[in-house]
Amino acid sequence: MKHFLDITNETCPMTFVKVKLQLAKMASGEQLEVLLNAGEPLQNVPRSCEEQGYRVLSNEPTDDNKHLLLIEK
Amino acid sequence: MNLPANKKKISIVCFSGDFDKMVAAFTIATGAAATNREVTLFFTFWGLNALKKNRGRVATGKSILAKAFNFLMGGLNNLPLSRLNFFGASPKLMSMMMKKHNVATLPELVEAAHALGVRIVACEMAMHILEVEKSDMIEEVQDVVGVATFLNDSEDAHIIFI
Repeated sequence: MKHFLDITNETCPMTFVKVKLQLAKMASGEQLEVLLNAGEPLQNVPRSCEEQGYRVLSNEPTDDNKHLLLIEK
Repeated sequence: MNLPANKKKISIVCFSGDFDKMVAAFTIATGAAATNREVTLFFTFWGLNALKKNRGRVATGKSILAKAFNFLMGGLNNLPLSRLNFFGASPKLMSMMMKKHNVATLPELVEAAHALGVRIVACEMAMHILEVEKSDMIEEVQDVVGVATFLNDSEDAHIIFI
């Protein structure tokens, strides 16, 4: 099952707080697609996910200087 | 969840009951918890006001002095800005500015801290002085502890004083 989270309107620390809380609700093996802004969220969200043992499957730029991250729990 | 064996720890002493300093404490706490650190918030003296179950002004305590102090200090809704407080108007203006810029407000940060499992403990001595009981505080307060317990629990932690 794939979940989606848009954190483009969030600022630190709620960017990675919301990702963490969403991942906590999900079952192992489920995927989460995260739409985020370049800059601080792009630097920190993938790194904090990997540090916690989640797999960042892809990280693709979209329009308007945003990125789409695919994370597997 | 896969947790590293040597999970990093942060302990924050929330001494100041100032609005802006409490925002800083909860921002660090939620950021640290979201990045897999074990976080303890130790509330003492003015910081205890942020933990009161009643967020407004209530004459908590038994003695006249304690009642007066607790009423004047109030709860989470009455925390003053450390500078330019303007009789309590500034924290409300600051919250409006935070919302306008999509920055999490203090109640949102507190809620996130609870959801992330940040450990919240209250100082026994300060509670004793201000005659605040555990039943006067929010249910998320996990423990009432003394400084020795806090230091033991924070042995391998970075300690931040706010």
